Amino acid sequence: MTLLAVERIKLFSTRSPWWCLALTAVLMLGLSALIAGLASTAELSLATSLAGRGFALMVLLVMAAIAITNEYRFGTIRATFTAVPNRTAVLLAKTVVVALVVGIAGEVLALGAYGIPQLIEPNADLVANTSDEWRFVLGIGPVYALSAVIAIAVGVLVRQTAAAISILLVWVLLVENLVVLIPRVGDDIRSWMPWVASDHFLTAGTGVPGGEGGGFPGELPYGPWGGLAYFAGIAVALLVIALVVAERRDA
Amino acid sequence: MIEARGLTKRYGSTLAVDDLSFTVEPGQVTGFLGPNGAGKSTTMRLILGLDRPTAGEVTLDGKHYRQLHDPLRMVGALLDAKWTHPNRSARSHLRWLARSNKIARKRVDEVLELVGLTAVADKRAGQFSLGMAQRLGIAGALLGDPRVLMFDEPVNGLDPEGIVWIRRFMQARAAEGRTVFVSSHLLSEMSLTADHLVVIGRGRLIAQCTTQEFVERASQASVRVRGRNLDALSRALADAGYQTQFTEEALTVPGATTDEVGELAAAHGAVLHELTAQRGSLEEAFMQLTKEDVEYHARGLDVAGTDGTRQVDTVVAQEVTK
Repeated sequence: MTLLAVERIKLFSTRSPWWCLALTAVLMLGLSALIAGLASTAELSLATSLAGRGFALMVLLVMAAIAITNEYRFGTIRATFTAVPNRTAVLLAKTVVVALVVGIAGEVLALGAYGIPQLIEPNADLVANTSDEWRFVLGIGPVYALSAVIAIAVGVLVRQTAAAISILLVWVLLVENLVVLIPRVGDDIRSWMPWVASDHFLTAGTGVPGGEGGGFPGELPYGPWGGLAYFAGIAVALLVIALVVAERRDA
Repeated sequence: MIEARGLTKRYGSTLAVDDLSFTVEPGQVTGFLGPNGAGKSTTMRLILGLDRPTAGEVTLDGKHYRQLHDPLRMVGALLDAKWTHPNRSARSHLRWLARSNKIARKRVDEVLELVGLTAVADKRAGQFSLGMAQRLGIAGALLGDPRVLMFDEPVNGLDPEGIVWIRRFMQARAAEGRTVFVSSHLLSEMSLTADHLVVIGRGRLIAQCTTQEFVERASQASVRVRGRNLDALSRALADAGYQTQFTEEALTVPGATTDEVGELAAAHGAVLHELTAQRGSLEEAFMQLTKEDVEYHARGLDVAGTDGTRQVDTVVAQEVTK
C-alpha cells in the first residue's frame, strides 16, 4: 500500500498525466458528440459513439510510457531504487497505479462517450442491447489498463521516452496493419497481433469492423474472451521480462 | 560504518573500480578523494546497490544496501542533485521519498527548514539553481535522520556561504557520532572538511589515512639550490642519501633542510646563488601522488615554446590506455 501511495504522489505531482487525461477526455467525448451532432440519425451507431477510442488509446499509451521513461530521463529512478531497493515491488506498484488510472479514466470516458450521443440524438439506435454491445462499451477500460501495462513494460526495457513512444505508436498504427502485406502468412500473423486481439474482444458480435484502421477480414482463431486473455497474457509476459531486466541491470 | 572488500566494477572494457577495500568509521568525516574519473561516483553507486559489483562486496553496518528495510532511515545519500523531476515541487519530491520509507509527513517541513528551502518549497525543482538543488538533495538525504550520510561532490555549484554551511553541517553530523562519507576531487576542500581520507586513482586505493598524515606525506618539504659547481654538491647529497633532481638550472633536494644543504655546499666548495626551503602546495602534492592514476590527461598543455613562453596547443583529453 505504501508503494502504491508513493507512485500515486509521483504520478499526480507532475503535469503531464493531467494534460494527457484531459486530452483523452476531449478526444473520447468530443469526437462522440461531434459525430452525433453532424451525422444523420441513420448513420449513427455504437461504433460512431466510441469512435474516439483509438485516438484515446494513443494518448494513454504515451502517458503510461512517459510515467516510467521520465524517471530514467531525470534520474528519479535512482532516487526511487535508493529509497526502495526492491525494484520489482516499486515497478509493480507503478504499473498498478498507472494501469488503474488509465483503466478507470477509459471506463468513465467510454460510458460518457456512450451516453452523450443518446442525449443529442434520442431517436437514433445508440443503446447497447446485447451482451456483445455491452462488452464493447465496458471492455474499453480493461483494454486500456492492459495497454498501459504493455507501455510501461516497453518503457522499462528501452528507458527512453522517444524510443518507447516510437515503438508503441509504430507498432499499433503500422506494424499491426501492415503485416497483412506479407504473402501467405500475413493474415495469420495479424490474427496474433496484440491489439488486433484486444479489438476483437471489444467488437466481436457488434457488427463493427474490428482492428485499428478498420476492416479486419476473415475469422480469428479465438473468441472475444480468448482475445482478452491473449492480450492480457502478452501484457503480463512483457511486464515479467521488464521486471527481470530491471532487477539485474545497473540502474 | 561502511566496509568495502575487494570491490570491483567493470563496465565493458573499462575497469571503473579495481579491487578496492576500505573502511569508513562513524564519528568522523571521511573524505573520498580522487581525480575526476577515478571511480568515486561508481563506488558510491555500488554502496547504494544501484550497480552490481563485478566482484567483491560493500556493506553498511554489516548489511548489503539492498537488504536494508526502509534504507533512508539508515543511509542518507546525495549522489546527484539533479535526480528530481523538474516539474515536481520540492515539497512533493520530499513527500514521496518520505512516504516510501514511512517517514512522518511533518519531517518534510523540518528538513526543508533545516536546509533553508521553506520559502521555495512549492516551487518546481526545475527552476532551482544548482545551489538550491544541492540543498534539496541534502534535505532528501536527511529525511530519515540516518546514521550514515554520503555526499558526492556536495560543494559543486555552491556559493562560498553554502560551502561553509555544508562543511560545518557535515562536521556537526560526524560529531553526533554519525558516519559521514564525502567525495571530492579537491584536496584543499577535503583538508578543511575531512578527518580521515580514502584516496583513489583509476579505481585503485592509493592511501587510507588521516587527513593530516596525508597532507604531511604529500606536501613533503624540499630545498631549492642554484649556484655554480652543483655537480659536486649533487654527488655529495647523493652520498648523504638524498635524491636530487635538476630542474631549470636549479637543484631540488626533497626531504632535506637548508642547514644540511648549506653545510654540504661549504664542505664541497660550491658557490650558492640561492638556497630556499620549499613546501609544495597541497594540490601539487596530490597530483604528484595520483599522476599515474589519472584517467584523463590533457595533452599538449606542457609544451614549452621556443621563445621561452608556454604555448598551449589544442588540448586533447584522451583516455590513457593502461
